[in-house]
Formats: sequence, structure tokens, C-alpha cells
Amino acid sequence: MTTASASMSATATPQRKRKLYGLMAEFATPAEVLHAAKRVRAEGYRWWDCFVPFPVHGLDKAMGVKPTILPILVFGCGLTGTIVAVLLQWFTNGTSFEFWALVPVIGYDFMISGKPASSIPAWIPVVFELTVLLASVGCFLLVLLLNGLPRFYHPVFRVPSFARATDDRFFLLIEARDPQFYRDKTETLLRSLNPIALEEVQD
Amino acid sequence: MSRAQHTTSNQQLDGAGNGLFTIAAAVGGIGLITALILGALMDHGWDRFFRSYLYAFAAVAAVCLGGLFWTMVQHASRAGWSVALRRIAENVAANLQWMWLLFIPVMLSPWLSHQYHWMHPAGDPLLEHKIPWFFGMSPLNEAGEQVGHIPWFWLFRAAFVLFVWAILSRFFYRNSVAQDATGDVNLTHRMQRFAPLGLVLYALTQSIASIDWIESLEAHWFSTMFAVYFFAASCCGFFAVQILVMKWYHRSGRLTTEITTEHYQDAGKLLFAFGVVFWAYIAFSQYMLIWYGNIPEETTWYMVRQLGGWRMVSILLLVGHFVLPFLLLVTKHTKRVTTVLGLIAAGMLIMHAVDMYYLVMPTIPGDAIATAASYEELRDAAAAGLVEVNFHPSLMDLACLLGLFGIVTAMTVKRMARHALIAQGDPRLPESLAFENF
Repeated sequence: MTTASASMSATATPQRKRKLYGLMAEFATPAEVLHAAKRVRAEGYRWWDCFVPFPVHGLDKAMGVKPTILPILVFGCGLTGTIVAVLLQWFTNGTSFEFWALVPVIGYDFMISGKPASSIPAWIPVVFELTVLLASVGCFLLVLLLNGLPRFYHPVFRVPSFARATDDRFFLLIEARDPQFYRDKTETLLRSLNPIALEEVQD
Repeated sequence: MSRAQHTTSNQQLDGAGNGLFTIAAAVGGIGLITALILGALMDHGWDRFFRSYLYAFAAVAAVCLGGLFWTMVQHASRAGWSVALRRIAENVAANLQWMWLLFIPVMLSPWLSHQYHWMHPAGDPLLEHKIPWFFGMSPLNEAGEQVGHIPWFWLFRAAFVLFVWAILSRFFYRNSVAQDATGDVNLTHRMQRFAPLGLVLYALTQSIASIDWIESLEAHWFSTMFAVYFFAASCCGFFAVQILVMKWYHRSGRLTTEITTEHYQDAGKLLFAFGVVFWAYIAFSQYMLIWYGNIPEETTWYMVRQLGGWRMVSILLLVGHFVLPFLLLVTKHTKRVTTVLGLIAAGMLIMHAVDMYYLVMPTIPGDAIATAASYEELRDAAAAGLVEVNFHPSLMDLACLLGLFGIVTAMTVKRMARHALIAQGDPRLPESLAFENF
């Protein structure tokens, strides 16, 4: 059945010439992948990654992953929310000036329960909500963006054994675009780390 | 991995607590003796003594209550990461066993001072309405004169509250210590089974305590948020103390490998979440509803806190208890540099003391509010010193605060030396030792 469908698709679309995407080593334990990451980093590779089923303590450090700038961006999002909320309420409740932006826009200083038009305590719930809203939505979108998501396809999924990356196997992939990448040299390096298997990943 | 690499350091306090014990006991003794001398010498000295003592009691009890709450939350949620720190909370909470001793002056204050004006309800319709809550049976005779002077129901609730605190803190402390030697997993199951019930009892008793002892200072006033405010303040106090204790252990060369930067970061998160953000959220929730409703019975409480010197205390709390620590603690970097975190925690502990001062000490200058034409007029008159707003910080407040804080610190240090500084027998200890944030 699988053979049939494979041949069907092969005839339906002309076979694209596969390009080497990288070399992927498979390990059985977190300790091995941790050790491998240290070696690969020491060899000066830059375009490479590890795929593990759960957070392996110390892996980020071993790989030399730079700290994310996400917190600073999210703080900026939150601050934007604060400022927008203050300006919005100040203009709509606290002023009465008018300007044209295709239609007339008029501030409306409306007296509510005897409070001054610009009442900071009354503004705070909106300030709080908009701050949290922009920070959380910004965080959600930025996490996707900084990780290069959404992405519908990745070459590693061509390797059948990669399914176990979410279960009990630990993978290390060195990409072919790395300036240090040479087919033989890189393979020798990965073999010297005693992986269970070494796969060629085709794009 | 990390488990295998782990080595143990000194888990006993031994002699390292002697210095702090001596200092704390001396400060505590001198503080309370100074307070008593000032009480005898000052004008209206005993009134002032009982009020300042109540302030100090609230500040210290809040810290211990925070510890009890935190211990029970760990068991109820079956937390693994926090086991290395839990003995700190247990040791601090265990002071609640003796809180009834420290409560005696507060218990006597209805008779020996004028701070609880609900003791004399005759002629005040609102207070007469609240007689059952304080006295149970009415102390008034048929002519409306006061003949009874014992607030039975108030005393009964105080006894209940202090009894529950003693039982709960003793239960969790004793079982945890017993586990050190045996490592019996059944003790963990037992504590987990009782923790949710304990949390319910905790919520009930600390609400009663804060309403009966602090909110009732102004018995005309009411706020359903008050007990939660006190809870938020107690979390702030405890989480600040927890970081200071961690820092002190490390400086004394104790638990140097067990308590890691990861634990500091999490302790910092808790201080940030409960002590800064949650506190501000609750404080503002209470403020905004009263501000919006603008009903005189409710606004007087805030009115007095916005006049004269109290205005400065309010602003100090807004900036020092929320804005500044929020900006300092929002990033993980300050939480992972233990010296910086320790300094912030010390600052938050001071702000906790200011917060309790703001809660307990102000009294309402009734005449001035009744005769003022507007809030602005009253505010300007208070700023010019023309209106008495009862803002008189005195040595008495400091003496009581340091007195009680010193005594409770000495008790805690003595208790810490008696057993291991870490829950050695807890089955989740290895998980806590290997814990990492990322």
C-alpha cells in the first residue's frame, strides 16, 4: 500500500533533485547528546541544533545558545499598552478638542459620578488590562516569530526514526550550510561520538 | 545527572546561630523594656504602648502566617522544587505555637487602652448594631447604659484563631522533623491529606484575626477586601524573610550546595508575584471601589491616610512597595544575583513594616472631617499643620517592632539549631536539589 502510494506520487510530480540538508546523529541518552553538543560547539560549528524529547538541563549552555531578547520585547509591548491606554482615556474622557481624520474626532469630557474628567484611579483597570493584553499577545506572537514559526515542513521529518525525538531518542543535526560543514569531515566527527545511527537528511 | 553530581554541605546550624540569637534576644529584650518605660513616662503612654504593640504584633504575626500558608501550599500542591526551602517556612511558621503568649497585651488592650472604641457602644447606633459580633450578649441594660465589659465573642474568636494556628504550625513542623530521621513516606501522605483542610482553616482564621484585631480599630468602617489585603501583606513579609534566611544560611556556610541560584530565582519570583504585584492588585481593588462609591462611611478610612504625614506614607507605599520593586524584580537577572535579591528583600521587609504601620496606626480625626467644607480644604489645612491628623511616629513604635521582631527571630534561630536546616527525609528532596529553571 505504502509502496503504491509512493510510486503514485512519484509519477504524479516529477522527482525533484534532492539536496543535502545536513547530517543527523541519533543518541540514546541525554548525557551522550550533551557530550556531543560540547564537542560540536568546540569544533566551531554554527548552524546546528539538538532535538530532545524533554528539556535537558545544561544543554543550552553546552550548545552556547545566546539568551533570548524576548523579555525585553515583551516589556516593550507591555509599556506600549500602558501608554496607549493612558493616551486613549485621556483623549476620550479628559479633553474636548476636535480634529479631522476623514471624519471628525472629538474628545468628550463626560462627568461621571462627580469625578474629575481626568481621574487616574478610574483609568487604572483599563491601563492594567491593555498592558497585560499587549504583553501577552505580543509574547505569543513573538515566540512564534523568533522560532521561525509557523512552518509547515522541515527536512528532518524525512528521517523516519526522527519520530522518536518526542519519545526516547536524542538527535543532533549539523546543517550543510554551515561554513565548517564538509561531508566527510563532519561524518567522521559525528561517528567519533558513537551515535546509535547516523542519517543523511535530504531537503 | 545533577543528582549524581550532588554533594552535601553542612545541613546543621550548630553554633552558627549563636551570634544572631544573642543579638536578636538582646534587641528584643531592650526593645520591649524600652517600650514599657516609654509607656510609663509618655503622655497617654499606655494608650500608645498598646497601639504600637498591636502594630508590631501584626507585622510579626503576618510573617509567621505567611510561612504557615506557604508550607501548606507546598503539601497541597505536592511541590517538588521547594523541598530544599520548606524547612525555612516551617521554622518561621512554628512561632505561631507561641503566638498566644505574644497576643496577651493585645487581648488586654480593650480594657487597658482606648484603641477599640467598640468597647463603648452605648449611644452609637452603628456600634450598638455590631454588639453581637463583639460581645455576643448585649452589655447594655434596658436604659441603654453599659453594664457588661467583657467582649465574649471577640475573646472566643481570638482563642479559636490562636488555637488553630498553634495546632496547624505544630502539625506540619513536627511531622516534617520526624521524617528527617525515618524518611517515612507516610508522613508526606499525612501532611498532604491535611494541607487542604489546613488552608481552609487558615483562610478563616487569618480573616477573623485581621478583621477583629486591625480592621475593628475603626469599627464604623467596613471593607470585604481587608482580610485579603492582610494576607497579601503577610505573603510579602514571609517571602522577604525567606530570601534573607537563605542568604544568611549561605553566609554562615550552611546549605551552600543544596540551595542554588535556581531556588533564589524562584524565591524572588514569589516575592515579586505575591509581595509586589498581588499586594498592589488587592490594595488598588480596595481603594478603587471605595473611591468610586464615594460613600462617607467608607472614604473616611482613606481620607485620614491622605492627610498630612499619612499622605507621604501612602505615596511611599505606592512607590516603595510597588513601582520600584516591580521594576527591579521584573527581570530574572536581579533575582539570580543573590546579593541584589537580598538587598531587595531587606527593602521589602522594611516596606512590609511601613505597610503595617499604615494599616494599624492612623486614627480618624473625627471633628476635623465633620467640620471641613471640602476635601481640598481639609487637605490643605492638614498640610499646613492646622488639623491634627495623629501622625506622630515615635520611638515607641520602633521599640515595640524591634522588641517583638527580636524575640521572634531569637525563637526561630533557636528552633533552627535544634534540627536539620533542610527536610532531609522528604522523598522529593532529590528533585528539589536537581531543580533548574531552564
